[in-house]
Amino acid sequence: MSETSPILQLTGISKRFGAVQALLDVDLGLLAGEVHALVGENGAGKSTLVKILAGIHRPDAGEMTLNGRELVLSGPAAARQLGIAVIHQHPNLFPDLTVAENVFVGRLPRNRVRGVDWSELNRTAERLFQNLGVKQSVSVPVRGLSVADQQLVEIAKALSLDARVLVMDEPTASLSSHEVERLFTIIRQLRSRGVAILFVDHRMEEVFEIADRLSVLRDGRHVITALISELTPADAIRHMVGRRLETLFPKEPATIGEVALEVRGLTRAGVFSDASFEVRRGEILGLAGLVGAGRTEIARVLFGIDKADAGEVLVAGKHVDIKSPRDAMRLGIVYVPEDRHEQGLVLDFSIAANVSLPIVQKLSRFLVVDRAQEERLADEYSKQLQVRSTGVEQAASALSGGNQQKVVIAKWLATEPTVLLLDEPTQGVDIGAKAEVHRIISQLAGQGMAIVLISSELSEVLGMADRIVVLHEGRIAAEFGRDDASQERIMAAATGHVDA
Amino acid sequence: MSVRAIDSPTSSALSGRLGLERTLTLVARLREVGIVMVLLAVVAIVTIQAPLFFSVSNFEQILLNVSLIAIVAVGQTTVVLTRNVDLSVGSVVGLVAFATGDLLKEHSLGVAGAIAVGCLLGVGLGAFNGLLVAVAKVPAIVATLGTLYVYRGLDFLIAGGKQVSAIDLPRDYLGIASSTVLGVPTLIIAAALIALAAAYLLRNSGAGRQLYAIGSNPAAAEVVGIPTQRLIFGAFVVCGLCAGIAGVLWGSRFGSVNALAASGLELQVIAAVVVGGVNIFGGSGTVVGAVLGAVLLATIENALRILHLSEFWLLAIDGAIILLAVGTDAAIRGYFQRILVRTGRR
Repeated sequence: MSETSPILQLTGISKRFGAVQALLDVDLGLLAGEVHALVGENGAGKSTLVKILAGIHRPDAGEMTLNGRELVLSGPAAARQLGIAVIHQHPNLFPDLTVAENVFVGRLPRNRVRGVDWSELNRTAERLFQNLGVKQSVSVPVRGLSVADQQLVEIAKALSLDARVLVMDEPTASLSSHEVERLFTIIRQLRSRGVAILFVDHRMEEVFEIADRLSVLRDGRHVITALISELTPADAIRHMVGRRLETLFPKEPATIGEVALEVRGLTRAGVFSDASFEVRRGEILGLAGLVGAGRTEIARVLFGIDKADAGEVLVAGKHVDIKSPRDAMRLGIVYVPEDRHEQGLVLDFSIAANVSLPIVQKLSRFLVVDRAQEERLADEYSKQLQVRSTGVEQAASALSGGNQQKVVIAKWLATEPTVLLLDEPTQGVDIGAKAEVHRIISQLAGQGMAIVLISSELSEVLGMADRIVVLHEGRIAAEFGRDDASQERIMAAATGHVDA
Repeated sequence: MSVRAIDSPTSSALSGRLGLERTLTLVARLREVGIVMVLLAVVAIVTIQAPLFFSVSNFEQILLNVSLIAIVAVGQTTVVLTRNVDLSVGSVVGLVAFATGDLLKEHSLGVAGAIAVGCLLGVGLGAFNGLLVAVAKVPAIVATLGTLYVYRGLDFLIAGGKQVSAIDLPRDYLGIASSTVLGVPTLIIAAALIALAAAYLLRNSGAGRQLYAIGSNPAAAEVVGIPTQRLIFGAFVVCGLCAGIAGVLWGSRFGSVNALAASGLELQVIAAVVVGGVNIFGGSGTVVGAVLGAVLLATIENALRILHLSEFWLLAIDGAIILLAVGTDAAIRGYFQRILVRTGRR
């Protein structure tokens, strides 16, 4: 394979978002007629690379060549025009247009009076699907098609554009095993036609079934590219986790008390099933797993945002029925969501108003909020968490990411919880603030709070958690104590490769 | 130690951002200041053109015209803050006005009784809107467009082509609008009291805060356990009550009421709210702004009449003011947003 020159070559690609170096000096070559798997942990830079190829982001440095000619992508349309088709995890189609219209959107065939030539449109679209060996009515609206069928519409669109490079971003994430088989048949067929396919995934079995070569990204850097036959899944996992030189704030020892929260057989259909675990006072339970494994979804059920279909929840040994966030708060369970901006803060509000929001009714006397008490409370928690601001009257929008996260935590501490569900608490904050958030978490556990820590960062989970539960596709794949957990073992369980 | 070292550059960057933050707050307040300045400019210009305009009695007239719209605008603001809108307020005012008048005329119910019934009717109509939006989850613009017609239809049904005239109405009732307290017309005082009470409660009560939170970030509101549905329902009830109060006062102010009373009022009210700086997408704006918006529009209307300009100009200028107000808002917001992004806020 090395004698053929790559159809698409990336050299020294770097991309930075604010403080985060998403990609650094990445080299990657795609050969015609190969399936090239790109694997890496959450946040390794896979999505950024896909978006660069799709023309959504522009690299800060580095160069790309297509068929030996320099490639500059001014936007998604340019990428498509040049024969690079990207199939995203969630297909971007127009649900109310027909399959055929979606395939040819923006370039519908015209008849003599400049109207749409429907018969020509449907005929061409049908031919495309026949070529793929798929039976699909082209005159039905896309709404109602399964995700798998929608992906095929995207693939047909790529073929109609005569794409030479096909980038598939976790295409199997929401497919059944039967649909995966059908997709793989089509991928092999495209490969035999000489299409270069970049297959972004993190399921080892699939990668080793379909790919010819494999490249690993870790922390935005290219680690290795090798023929699939030269590697074992365990090797690939070792390259994915690597060793990191990060200073961490390890959890301080705390007295582990009685069980604060117990979950038995918790199930939400299609999202996660049969989850059972417990967390004690003073303990930090790590929930590890890949994005979409069901970690956030479990937290949302425990906080009453979503409903469970089966299973039971016990708080301090008593069966409880959590129907809403208010129920959860009453039971002392609070949830610090993943996305600060979307769910965590009201940015227009001051720090004080954000902190008091969950308990604003309790702070009110004769309808009116007791400002003095509100400020005292906000001030107390801001000091405890060392929120850097000009004062509690400052607007939340003016704070840095790390300080915003502290305000979100302060908000929940004001409700005096016993169980704290933290979802990616250090995502997007700089290293200094990260260490501080770790110190706060550790301190809260020391005060006897039971903490469930959801994190994609293995070093964070390993450093902070007393016990670690690993989820894989909605099920608990493994549980480790602090001493027998390692990055490799967690990653193996998270990618469904247990015998690593 | 290392933490401090890493963070010190951030905190110096922070102080740079703070100046900006202060400017932003100022811009928000500028909206109200801006309306007042435009208002003063209009007054100055028109006074030069037509000195008759500048008189206590004319200003009193303007404020009398504003008072009912302002009361309805208070309720509308409450609803708009939650990312909703109530298009039915004109019909509620009309229906309540006729029903109150009819009760006073036919059933010789006491004035206090009729007023109470009118207010309760407003609450009921608002509650029905609230049920449609908060419980049945019909988009507010559709739900209240429906009730705009339904409530007006009920009005026609009750009225049956008749009208209530001043001679049918008790003297006590008609006296409400013409009475004064310390020389100030009662209507203006009532409107001012309602607006001030609402402004204070929206700013300082728990429920008021939660209404802003819902409009500003619905997902976050849900996550902190704010009873979103109940509060949106409540906002529509408050809006119905305000429209009910305005309806009760309508007959007293104008003497006669027919089935078409207050039709089209909803657009005047929404115009006032938008010109007053209440974000139509919820989450920001004040009652004071909305009332000032109403005053500005009414002043311009009055001025144009005094200057003998045609109806066309009146409507065109109203429209231009709305576009100008919203346009400047968007421009200023976009400008500061870009600066904030450039200074590195995520």
